[in-house]
Amino acid sequence: MERLFFLIFASVAVVSALCVVLFRNPVRSALALMLCLLQVACVFVLLRSPFLAVVQVFVYVGAVMVLFLFVVMILDIRQAELEAFFPPRNRWLMYAIIPVITFEFLLVILGTSFEGFGPGAGGETKVEVIGRALFTEYLLPFEVVSVLLLVAMVGAIVMAKKRWD
Amino acid sequence: MLDSALILELAIMFIKVFVVGSVLFALPIPLTWLERKVAGHIQVRLGPFRVGPHGVLQPLADMIKMLLKEDIVPEKADKWLFRLAPIMTLVPTFTVFVAIPFGDKVRIPFTGREVALYISDMNVAVLYILAISGLGIYGIIFGGWASNSKYALLGGLRSAAQMISYEVAMSFAVIGVVMLSNSLSLVEIVKSQSGGFLHWNFFYLPVGPLWFIIFIIAGFAETNRIPFDMPEDEGSLGAGYHVEYSGMRFAYYMLAEYVAMVTVSVLAVIFFFGGWNPPFNLPFHLTGETAMFVNGGWNAEFLNLLAAVIPLFWFAGKVAVFIYSFMWIRFTLPRYRYDQLMRIGWRVLIPLSMVNILVTGFMRI
Repeated sequence: MERLFFLIFASVAVVSALCVVLFRNPVRSALALMLCLLQVACVFVLLRSPFLAVVQVFVYVGAVMVLFLFVVMILDIRQAELEAFFPPRNRWLMYAIIPVITFEFLLVILGTSFEGFGPGAGGETKVEVIGRALFTEYLLPFEVVSVLLLVAMVGAIVMAKKRWD
Repeated sequence: MLDSALILELAIMFIKVFVVGSVLFALPIPLTWLERKVAGHIQVRLGPFRVGPHGVLQPLADMIKMLLKEDIVPEKADKWLFRLAPIMTLVPTFTVFVAIPFGDKVRIPFTGREVALYISDMNVAVLYILAISGLGIYGIIFGGWASNSKYALLGGLRSAAQMISYEVAMSFAVIGVVMLSNSLSLVEIVKSQSGGFLHWNFFYLPVGPLWFIIFIIAGFAETNRIPFDMPEDEGSLGAGYHVEYSGMRFAYYMLAEYVAMVTVSVLAVIFFFGGWNPPFNLPFHLTGETAMFVNGGWNAEFLNLLAAVIPLFWFAGKVAVFIYSFMWIRFTLPRYRYDQLMRIGWRVLIPLSMVNILVTGFMRI
């Protein structure tokens, strides 16, 4: 039963991920990306971590995608715009980077033995457990990430202000 | 694999989903009538009066009208997205109710079976509700974009900005509630407020009322109702994101709006006003748990049933008060300007919530 659900979610996720790249219309790509992220959230539920699933929907599907759409709809993405933003001579750089990244991903995926992955023992992961772990064991990384986010936010504000002035 | 217990479990689940779903589908019918009546009386006129006594059959007439209208899809619209968008708003607004508890567990008379008056008691129900209700915005954005009309697009974009801004304040208010109740499960949150109205989160002075005000303002903004109905500001946008919609697709948007209003009212009751808990302890101990243990005989079964039904009435009554005040406010206040709306969200509500989180934290230590 669980395997069946996993297969459904996984196949929809893969197909929608392909759609993100293959659709010509950026708004439809965004829609496909949304579907893909929702499927990943469903897989999290199957892995007995409802908290991660809900946060995935909340943060990625709910907030990040709205901002994506906002940008996509306000910017008139045409060929000319794209070339001004992303000139053809830089595109070779992109073509060079993609194989490198692909290779790295393959290396990581093939190099990992997926032992001990999968649903954790003892049922669902409780929110309390995650919270306790974040604030004791992983306190330093947690704080570093929050400072990083703050820096990114300040940076975004500075950049936006510069363009206004 | 399929034994009778599992089938019974599934059947109960289906019945619950069916009941909740059909109540939600049917609820906008009396609500539209009520809204127009309230509007009429506030504006010193009668409101709908022609169809049926005091116009009670008006919503049915409207429904027939909606069903018979031509479903127009604009020539230059993105047809596929245009058709999909209303359903994208409708689905999340209904899905939210999976997590909402209407009452505690009750015993069905003469069977000894316990049935919970909610579909699912999730460990993370609060986050689930915030996450899913945030998805309703996509139908509005896509509807605005797919219509290929500038009014609709602007309405959709405004709504996107508005909902993002107020989702932050709403989430803060919910964090406040979680701090007060020490749980992310809605059933636990309601149970933590049992024992008279002084235990309700609203009366956790001084932070409770402030959390409630932040929550309800954000709730008004999230449901796109006056004074924050920017996305459909008819003075400057025609009708906003649904300007190109007609017939049943338009009705879907309206349906979603009404259900969202019910959702915010229900959440306000659960978070701040004790859910199905009565405001004071009744003298004859007819509250759920005490009567549950009385066994055997007609009398006891009847008492059990009564104990199960009375909390539902409390719940519905509290929700009704909120729905009425939604309508009341709609016809009392003017609409804010768009920049004022953004300023209230970012410069008033969010700093206020941050201070309030600190104060609540110190009070809860």
